[in-house]
Amino acid sequence: MERKKILEIKNMNISFCQYQKGMRQEELPVIRDLSLSVHEGEMVAVVGSSGSGKSLLAHGVMGILPYNASMGGEILYRGEPLTEKRIRKLRGKEIVMVPQSTSYLDPLMKVGTQICKGKKDLVRQKKLDQIFSRYSLAKEVQEQYPFELSGGMTRRVMISTAMIENPRLVIADEPTPGLHQKAAKSAMEHFRELADMGAGVLIITHDLELALETADRVLVFYAGYTLEDAKTEDFCKEETLRHPYTKALWRAIPKNGFQYIDGVQPYVKDMPSGCPFAPRCSRCSEKCHGEIPYREVNGGYVRCVYDS
Amino acid sequence: MILEAKNISFRYGENGREILKDFSLKADSSERVGLAAPSGFGKTTLCKILSGYEKPDRGQVLLDGKPLEQYGSYCPVQLIWQHPEQAVNPRLRMKSVLEEGDQVDPALVERLGIEKDWLNRFPVEISGGEMQRFCIARAMGKRTRFLLADEISTMLDLITQSQIWHFLIEETRRRQMGMIVVSHSPELLERICTRVIDLQKTQS
Repeated sequence: MERKKILEIKNMNISFCQYQKGMRQEELPVIRDLSLSVHEGEMVAVVGSSGSGKSLLAHGVMGILPYNASMGGEILYRGEPLTEKRIRKLRGKEIVMVPQSTSYLDPLMKVGTQICKGKKDLVRQKKLDQIFSRYSLAKEVQEQYPFELSGGMTRRVMISTAMIENPRLVIADEPTPGLHQKAAKSAMEHFRELADMGAGVLIITHDLELALETADRVLVFYAGYTLEDAKTEDFCKEETLRHPYTKALWRAIPKNGFQYIDGVQPYVKDMPSGCPFAPRCSRCSEKCHGEIPYREVNGGYVRCVYDS
Repeated sequence: MILEAKNISFRYGENGREILKDFSLKADSSERVGLAAPSGFGKTTLCKILSGYEKPDRGQVLLDGKPLEQYGSYCPVQLIWQHPEQAVNPRLRMKSVLEEGDQVDPALVERLGIEKDWLNRFPVEISGGEMQRFCIARAMGKRTRFLLADEISTMLDLITQSQIWHFLIEETRRRQMGMIVVSHSPELLERICTRVIDLQKTQS
């Protein structure tokens, strides 16, 4: 049975306009040719290093990109274009986001009021209490201000702001750093439950190991490009993975050998032509500097000239 | 050298919860000690006390038997913070951030993979992983004897995490620097550390 697509992004591009010396402006492309879809009941993880443009993807969908950013491509929500007007109406209700930075909380509002978004009826209060006990947050925390919380508590409070709604699409931007393993797992399981109840969940994270425990599919981001779209099972062993970068990630997992490769992700301003991973890739050849197709291989997608 | 926390107790403010109670820890330069505990336990607070940013209400921190505050202008115990973006001055170029350290060896900067081009950038113009490399370099100045790493790789991708830890293990071994590592990942601590302490067991 084909499940309905909740979110579909086609060929998304995001670029920033930056001032250079004086009045000269420069376009800085940060996301290039991104396509992804999230189905009902599906949990998709976007994994990539910091600076690969993951957060902007979330901001692009939510319509909260900064003023100097421009976005191209198409975003469909339940089959229809997600226009600025539509996202304004839906965000915070049907479409919720768990932001990455702890600075997204209102510093002058008590935690409880903030999570309930000002509404304080009995139903909400009861739900809030349930969520709090689930994340082992003490009831007193509801009466505290954000500055009084530890890093991990802030994280749980931000997740609660999304959980209090009945969302159809959840976009979580790095929801777990600073959480200890048990709390991180519990949060991921909660996202999983939302998916099992029919919502589409998009988790943006750099924690591949955690993503693999709960997600259905994993998209690998690198320097603004999607290099691979793989099923979670593909990560069971190195051989079923497609892109050399994904394989390198796999080998860097502490329990898979903790190996590393040299170099760093290229900066957007000095991006190599062709494959962005080419300078660090052991299989790099002449054809890697040309146009790299994004194509289907073994039930997943890969942006590489090699098959595996 | 031996870093020792002796019966430390600490609370924030007058009426705050007692975060650390009669806590003791001893580590020498040849060790990489891992600390594991759930969030909100006081790991960061402990790191701040061990590196002299906070004073314990009771107890003391000793380095080779001498109280930490008697070491003069440069604290030989240096902390690498969890959030590099909050640990650098946003108005300084990265080369000035490096200069805040204690005569950081240029060879070390190079081995950390810091590129010349980044030196002229401001913190907003580099990624978290790149910034953390600067923070590590800054903490590893000439007179640093002990290094505290408070969840320093949570914001890094796996490859960068592995890169940075391999570097730190090699460098601390070479300079006989002790290290205390805080992380929530048991597998990571197992890879890095010579021994791991579960704080929950010591403090209950």
